[in-house]
Amino acid sequence: MTTVPALSIRDLNVTFKTLLGQVQAVRGVSLDVAPGEVLGVVGESGSGKSVSFLAVMGLLPKSARITGSAVVAETELIGASNKTMRKARGAKIAMIFQDPLSALNPVQRVGHQIVEMIQAHQSVSKADAMSRAVELLDIVGIPQPKDRARQYAHEFSGGMRQRVMIAMAIANDPLMLIADEPTTALDVTVQAQILEVLERIRRDLGTAVVLITHDLGVVARIADRVQVMYAGRIVERSEVVALFEHPTHPYTQGLMQSLPGPTRERLHPIPGAPPNMLRPPSGCAFAARCPHSIPACSLEIPELRPIRGSESACIRAEELQEVLS
Amino acid sequence: MFRFILRRVLWMIPTLLLLTFVVYCALRLATNPLASYARSNPRIAKQPEKMQQYIETNGLWDGFGGYVRGYFHWLRGFLTGNWQPSIKGSRPVWPNLKQALINTVRLGIVASMVAIPIGLAFGVFAALKPGKLRDSAVNTGALIGFSVQPFISAVLLQLTFAVLWSKWFGSPLLPTSGMYPPGHEGFDPVLMLKYMTLPIIVVSIQTIAAYSRYMRASLLDVLSSDYLRTAKSKGISDRRVLIRHALRNALVPIVTLAALDVGSIVGGLIITEAIFEYPGMGKFFLTASANGDFPELMPWMVIVTTSVIVFNLLADLSYAALDPRIRLD
Amino acid sequence: MPRSTQGFDLTDLQIPPLEHIAVTDASIGILKESISPKKMAFKRFMHHHAAVVCTVVLAFIVVFVALAPITTRYGVNESIFKAEAGIPNQNLAPRAAAWFGTDANGRDLYSRMIYGAQISLLIGLFTAIVSVALGTLVGAYAGLKGGKIDDVLMRVTDIFLALPLLVVLVIVRGALKNVDWVVAIMGDPGSVRFLVILLSVIGWMGVARLVRGQVKQLKEREFIEAARAVGASTTRIMFRHLLPNAVGQIMVALTFAIVGAITAEATLSFFGFGPDAGSGLTSLGLLIRDSKKAVPPGYWWLVVYPCGLLILISLCINFIGDGLRDAVDPKMLQDS
Ligand SMILES: Nc1ncnc2c1ncn2[C@@H]1O[C@H](COP(=O)(O)OP(=O)(O)OP(=O)(O)O)[C@@H](O)[C@H]1O
Ligand SMILES: [Mg+2]
Repeated sequence: MTTVPALSIRDLNVTFKTLLGQVQAVRGVSLDVAPGEVLGVVGESGSGKSVSFLAVMGLLPKSARITGSAVVAETELIGASNKTMRKARGAKIAMIFQDPLSALNPVQRVGHQIVEMIQAHQSVSKADAMSRAVELLDIVGIPQPKDRARQYAHEFSGGMRQRVMIAMAIANDPLMLIADEPTTALDVTVQAQILEVLERIRRDLGTAVVLITHDLGVVARIADRVQVMYAGRIVERSEVVALFEHPTHPYTQGLMQSLPGPTRERLHPIPGAPPNMLRPPSGCAFAARCPHSIPACSLEIPELRPIRGSESACIRAEELQEVLS
Repeated sequence: MFRFILRRVLWMIPTLLLLTFVVYCALRLATNPLASYARSNPRIAKQPEKMQQYIETNGLWDGFGGYVRGYFHWLRGFLTGNWQPSIKGSRPVWPNLKQALINTVRLGIVASMVAIPIGLAFGVFAALKPGKLRDSAVNTGALIGFSVQPFISAVLLQLTFAVLWSKWFGSPLLPTSGMYPPGHEGFDPVLMLKYMTLPIIVVSIQTIAAYSRYMRASLLDVLSSDYLRTAKSKGISDRRVLIRHALRNALVPIVTLAALDVGSIVGGLIITEAIFEYPGMGKFFLTASANGDFPELMPWMVIVTTSVIVFNLLADLSYAALDPRIRLD
Repeated sequence: MPRSTQGFDLTDLQIPPLEHIAVTDASIGILKESISPKKMAFKRFMHHHAAVVCTVVLAFIVVFVALAPITTRYGVNESIFKAEAGIPNQNLAPRAAAWFGTDANGRDLYSRMIYGAQISLLIGLFTAIVSVALGTLVGAYAGLKGGKIDDVLMRVTDIFLALPLLVVLVIVRGALKNVDWVVAIMGDPGSVRFLVILLSVIGWMGVARLVRGQVKQLKEREFIEAARAVGASTTRIMFRHLLPNAVGQIMVALTFAIVGAITAEATLSFFGFGPDAGSGLTSLGLLIRDSKKAVPPGYWWLVVYPCGLLILISLCINFIGDGLRDAVDPKMLQDS
């Protein structure tokens, strides 16, 4: 990739101070997202998917300690001043969330919420901002956008609410859109429509998208590349086709077998539970649950390294090629 | 909306009828008006036919059937403005009750206007730094406030500002009883405010404590909400996030609570009024119940319960007005 | 004037949990595995320093008061200096012979405060136990059954809790003491038993509403539905499944009911509706009633010490309740 990435994260670490000690939620995540690219992020619950990107957005609670770097359009976001952060959020990088109902202010008209987003970054009159808001609602496929802009979030259906969120997120033409499980709360047919909207936005506006999800089916549909997270680290990253055809990490394989897919009838959940993030294991975090683990796995934390066009953090990736695909 | 109000107002009628009936029975039992009458008029008490006449004109029949009949008898008189005169002194009830009502509402409103904003400010102050020193300080202060019951603070304030103060400095700092000095005529806001200062402080202690906690809890709730995270992710200023999103939404339940509280002002300042000899509803109630004065207590209870019920409705309406999710129908 | 000022009304205090340590929902996943909810609750209670201090102080007061004849210096109604007649013993300021001074009858305030606290604490405890037991049963039943019973409960308690507590107490007290069979059960209107029953008659309502809310929440959870699915009876679900899970909340309610009752006793006594002073006992409320008379002549000790003790006791219990509520955070309960 020669172009400047839309988002570039280096060695991101996030820990939370809690009553029981330090929760190491994200441990050394690095990634680049190219302009116009869709990067899928998958992993079990608690693997640090949301926290990584909330850290980039500066939306974590004060109990979080964040180190590393995250650059959007030449702006460093980690440790940035309030002002820098404000200029970037919503304008260069925007985010949508899992539950669109609770993510929208219940007592403000949706049109007004979009207007607020526009006026935060562009000096336009209220009337102009409103007609732009209506236009945006139209772009994301909301019928009668003019009337709908005057309604409140609870008057919309789940899918329509998520469209409103998307309209708001793209109001300032951001380089980067982070979508944290945007379809999880919706039923299947609506899910497909939302993905279509995201797809169209990427195509028409060239917005790069990070799509966090539990659903490998969603990833297969729209992502260009996928990154798999486990216990706060990236364990595998590759082109979407490659990932499905020959995963290079036992966790990825386990994940695929544990999820419903077109070819398998029986699901094989990965035995065991994710490690306690108060005291993460010293070696590969997956070793305790891994069917292929050897003593060497627990010695040191494996780094992500290239293998067969993908990147994997398994020290036995080469040996296991046959077993995994 | 209009139909909702109409329906609720219509519902208030049976509610009030039932409630006043219960109150009627309880008060008849508690005050035993006939005995009170006999006590106040020992000479009449010796004449059985005069007593019988009192029973008939005031509907003081016995037994459950008698209570029901008596209730309707009372209701007719109450609605047509034929109120029974008080037992003690045989005076008309309404003029005194009206004056008491005005005085109490005056005290309650001034105290609320002072105390609620202060309480809210403390709540916001605490919620902005949860878990920090200021938060614990406000929390501790609120719990101390809750623990200092009005009759305690009243007694302590009287001791300090009137008695000990005059011992140390020659004259009391603030008056401790009444609404005006004895014999005062006419309306004098400055003087009245001086007399109201201590009662206001007493009422305010608990109000500030309560509202600082309401506000803190409500604001913390909003601050941890998803839509506040969305608001922050928009890149608008922190101030705007706080005022337009957080405070605006946190105030919705507070306004409702305040409406309910205002509704209970009418009967709720008894302790304070009694201690400071403030001529309000509370004083009226205590004097009347000491005399077993049924004809005074009954309208008093009607006013207090009506106020509670009406402000309940207003609380619902304010909720609906402030939160579009609430639909009234 | 806020409704919570009237002692008993627990509902107002039932604001969403006051979570001030950075243990968020998200971290529950971890906490759940590594530590049991009970231990976690304990840990959080210990984190509430004020609550811990108050527990110690209250325990000290309780022990001191329980050992009454040992810790006091004179009897309840005993005046000091009676042997040496001629020495005035009334309204004496604090001195070696009477640490907190004496009252208008020449009795030792220090000893009377201990006896008074004893009665007040007993009234608080008994009333709280009766109201919480009653309120829990009614609340749990209504919450579980729903429908008409629930509606009626909410309506009735709504109105009772909205009326000024003192008015309700005074009228109910007046009505009850004029019904012969009630007096036969409750005892003489000036007795402690009468007062405890009177306060419980009103006090259960706040608890019932609280437990009802808690039960409604718990009802939605799987293990209750599972119990229902296998055909467990309402009573069984209530006692085997719901109440054990609501126990934290019930503890909180109990704590606040104790302060509520102590305060209500004091208020009633202050206005002369309390236990009978002539019967050889005293309570904090009765002592504070005497304080009122001590204000004009400026006998400050008669005001400051009893008021201070009542404030201290209320404060301790309030803090403990606050700490307990933080500890049994319902948000935690929901997710665990
Ligand atoms: N405020 C917080 N305080 C303490 N720990 C936190 C906090 N927020 C998140 N965590 C912890 O950080 C870890 C990562 O959480 P994160 O929300 O990123 O998971 P996720 O991969 O997004 O999971 P899900 O798929 O459920 O959304 C979890 O172990 C969680 O317990
Ligand atoms: Mg997540």
